[in-house]
Amino acid sequence: MTHANELTITQARDALSAGDLSATELTQACLDAMAAARDLNAFITETPELALQRAAQSDARIARGESLGGLEGIPVAVKDLFGTQGVLTTAASHILDGFIPRYESTVTENLLNAGSVMTGKTNLDEFAMGSANVTSYYGPVKNPWKRDDGKDRVPGGSSGGSAAAVAAHLSLAAIGTDTGGSIRQPASFCGIVGMKPTYGRCSRWGVVAFASSLDQAGPLTKTVRDAAILLQGMAGHDVKDSTSAPMAVPDFEAAITGDVRGLRVGIPREYQIDGSPAEIDAIWQKGADMFRDAGAEIVDISLPHTKYALPTYYIVAPAEASSNLSRYDGVRYGLRIDGDSLDQMYENTRGEGFGDEVKRRVLIGAYVLSAGYYDAYYVKAQQVRSRIAEDFKTAFQKVDVILTPTAPSTAFAIGEKMDDPIAMYMNDVFTVPASMAGLPCMSVPGGLGDDGLPLGLHLITKPFDEETLFRAGDVLEKQANFTARPNSGGAGR
Amino acid sequence: MSYLIKGETADWELVIGLEIHAQVISNSKLFSGSATAFGAAPNSHVSLVDAAMPGMLPVINKHCIEQAVKTGLGLNAQINLHSVFERKNYFYADLPQGYQISQFLHPIVGEGKLVLDMEDGSVREIGIERLHMEQDAGKSIHDKDPRRTFIDLNRAGVCLMEIVSHPEMRSPEEAGAYVRKVRSIVRYLETCDGNMEEGSMRADVNVSVRKVGETDLRTRTETKNVNSVRFMMQAIEYEAQRQVEVWESGGAVDQETRLFDPDSGETRAMRSKEYAHDYRYFPDPDLLPIELTEAFIDAIREQMPELPDQKKKRFMRDLGLSAYDADVLVGERETADYFEVVAQGRDAKAAANWVISNLFGALKAAEKDITSSPVSAEHLGRLLDLIADDTISGRIAKDVFEIMFATGQDPVLIVEEKGLRQITDTGAIEAAVDQAIADNPDQAEEVRQGNAKAIGWFVGQVMQKTQGKANPQAVNKLLRDKLSS
Amino acid sequence: MSLDTTTVRKIAVLARIRIEDEKLPALADDLNNIIGWVEQLSEVDTDGIAPMTSVAEMTMPFREDRVTDGDDAERVLANAPDKSPPYFTVPKVVE
Ligand SMILES: [Mg+2]
Ligand SMILES: [Zn+2]
Repeated sequence: MTHANELTITQARDALSAGDLSATELTQACLDAMAAARDLNAFITETPELALQRAAQSDARIARGESLGGLEGIPVAVKDLFGTQGVLTTAASHILDGFIPRYESTVTENLLNAGSVMTGKTNLDEFAMGSANVTSYYGPVKNPWKRDDGKDRVPGGSSGGSAAAVAAHLSLAAIGTDTGGSIRQPASFCGIVGMKPTYGRCSRWGVVAFASSLDQAGPLTKTVRDAAILLQGMAGHDVKDSTSAPMAVPDFEAAITGDVRGLRVGIPREYQIDGSPAEIDAIWQKGADMFRDAGAEIVDISLPHTKYALPTYYIVAPAEASSNLSRYDGVRYGLRIDGDSLDQMYENTRGEGFGDEVKRRVLIGAYVLSAGYYDAYYVKAQQVRSRIAEDFKTAFQKVDVILTPTAPSTAFAIGEKMDDPIAMYMNDVFTVPASMAGLPCMSVPGGLGDDGLPLGLHLITKPFDEETLFRAGDVLEKQANFTARPNSGGAGR
Repeated sequence: MSYLIKGETADWELVIGLEIHAQVISNSKLFSGSATAFGAAPNSHVSLVDAAMPGMLPVINKHCIEQAVKTGLGLNAQINLHSVFERKNYFYADLPQGYQISQFLHPIVGEGKLVLDMEDGSVREIGIERLHMEQDAGKSIHDKDPRRTFIDLNRAGVCLMEIVSHPEMRSPEEAGAYVRKVRSIVRYLETCDGNMEEGSMRADVNVSVRKVGETDLRTRTETKNVNSVRFMMQAIEYEAQRQVEVWESGGAVDQETRLFDPDSGETRAMRSKEYAHDYRYFPDPDLLPIELTEAFIDAIREQMPELPDQKKKRFMRDLGLSAYDADVLVGERETADYFEVVAQGRDAKAAANWVISNLFGALKAAEKDITSSPVSAEHLGRLLDLIADDTISGRIAKDVFEIMFATGQDPVLIVEEKGLRQITDTGAIEAAVDQAIADNPDQAEEVRQGNAKAIGWFVGQVMQKTQGKANPQAVNKLLRDKLSS
Repeated sequence: MSLDTTTVRKIAVLARIRIEDEKLPALADDLNNIIGWVEQLSEVDTDGIAPMTSVAEMTMPFREDRVTDGDDAERVLANAPDKSPPYFTVPKVVE
């Protein structure tokens, strides 16, 4: 029998509205699974009391027949990068020690208004900087997928806690943020659906900023349909965010028709990279075949500046981050390590409060913006970024959706790639280009690698064409029929 | 007007450039909805955005953009349809974000110019390099605790306009005139209240010196946040003298930031020198470029009031005022408005005279300004009418004005109550004249002998007898008639 | 281009991050590798290409000039690690 925490949002919604299940039961099942799976370290803060309180309110609303919205009673885990009123918010950094916001981020507020129940704050890479969830001050997250070699695998990052929580059925769904792949790559590593909407679709207000021109919130779910439902609850224009798109949010779930006949699917040749494992090419080929089988048209396309996206990202994102993280100075919140002078206090606080990867990026960012280097690095990178965006624009004249692998490998063991930042950065080689252009994109489980660990397929569409993304993703999901399950954690309890 | 410092080796001239920070008049801050009002309890006008809480984002205040555009138009400057907010990155206790949102490569207002009328009658044109918008910082308070500095963020995020001049001023007087002119314009436009004591207008003064004939600029110093025109002129004089001494003694002026001490009248280098200045400007990714339309600018242009230069020209052309009088009257919008009410339908020159000599004198002595004048413009106008229709004499009018200033009363009322109406009844004046002649036969004889001066003495006598109310012309005429032999 | 330890030290001061002396050489190596790697961008022809300012193809929204926030010092001071209400505090600053 299926335990309540193993339901999809879609199934739970039906059960709740049929009266077969209460929000409190559903929430309790998730809380129990979380408690049993603490070894995964998926959560920084569990909020059981708040969750049960909100679940009870949800049940009361359902009983009165005045359900709020599409996520009534649905437990959702929240990446600990979203500011949550009265609940510790850490960005997985020592420097935010004890920070309890007196505000609620727009996205989590939207979710509350849609009736969902927050179960806790999930672990992540410090300030969302990482692809393995190994830079968290609160320790690494373990991927619920295990191999028989006994080594724990990374869940990917930076939304590693959210991805692990969904894969291990600790929550029906989770939200994360994606700057260069931080939702999609962990979704690939954990065998779930991870979706980054168009830049501007979800408000950034109240979300700890990493790289402002790239950061987007998005859903991590068990199915594509669930992603559509969850995004519906998150998205919307917000006057508090100047980069929020003043556009109506379409009915995403309604876009899922199961029909991709005639859809033009682009295969960008530049994503074929030298030395890429055969299993990656194989899953990609499989994805194209599945689309063709479903009646879509496969089109070869070119995105000439693909190989430059990652180095461009590692100029732009650190530059923005170096400035965004200046506010962590020991004065108004978080950690403070005193010193004899103001500058010493700053240096002590930031020296102790930031981990090594954050320091590296802040320093790189300060360097590429500094006098004499600004034009050579930052301006150059923003020019290349324009070219990357143009590539996509050109491609979308020929195709409706672009198909690529999500990640260049399956989940690797915790501890690997730790001493080589660039090797670590390569995890995002397939996800970063779309981020640079602000495009909506999604990772859907495609199958298993040679090692028995999940591999995702990555879809990209035009700006604000999430509807095509969901339609295509749903067909891919059905074709792939990915039924494998992680063999650890809270699953099956 | 040339201002030179005579050194041992050469004559030195001054090169002065000014950066004026003018606080924009608005209800709320540049990027947040908290209030801008002065004098609130510490940290009460602070939003989560101003305090740079994690995840907070800026949203721009439309009115601040309009105010900047309006000021740009007032400075005869280029309005840029495309402008960009950038982050100026540095750490400081009163800068919560760790960066100031400012404009750098693409300011909202470009080149402009100001015309200065100097006291000696000369005219100077000073170029404006740019005007950009930026956030103000908070306030550090050093005297509340022995080991800590206290921070109040009420001002953090208030919109400032930074108005940058070209280094084209050559004397403290020119710099003073420039600041007064900018202040006059922003006050006319109601884009800044120009209040230097409260800090809503501050000047950073860049000064260098060079030998007469040199064309290159020598190293300059920047003296920060000088809060009155007088202090600014003092700071310039001191700084120029100091720099000449440094150069002449074989040293070199350091490029540095200095502070002015009003007590000593000296400047000194700031102790907390920033490390190498490297502000790492880059476009703020939380904001988009400002794209203005011509229609937006036209709408603002249509609301522009008459500015001091135009007003001055009109006063000279239409009202026949002298350049000096016109200049004095247009300096403050309130003064000009006051004058126009007084002059409306009356002799403009007489009105200008009364406002400039009598009213300004009295206000100065009473340490009041035109907005708190006890004499309203309507009352002063009525006083002029009383003179014009011979109800009172000019001399009596001065007495009436004193009473008006002291009591705020209507001059018509004062004249009636105190019975100051001029005696125009010829019979009454004739009686007083006859009496005076009868009482002073010797003096009368002197006049008849041809001593014309003695007539004046008789006029005095008659005026005394009538408490000054007799019409002086009538008295004069009667005396002449009666004493002509 | 190579970042020597002096440059890294300078940047660290600019970013107000204390770096222990013994950690400096390894950090400089890391940063050098990263900078060396991103320099491949110089291969890209960007003549006449405008740098991207935002991926959002929209114009900046303007807000009306209304007071909608503030008047809650307690809220903004609530998380301050060292404060003297109604003020934030920092170590003594000498100007
Ligand atoms: Mg300046
Ligand atoms: Zn400034």
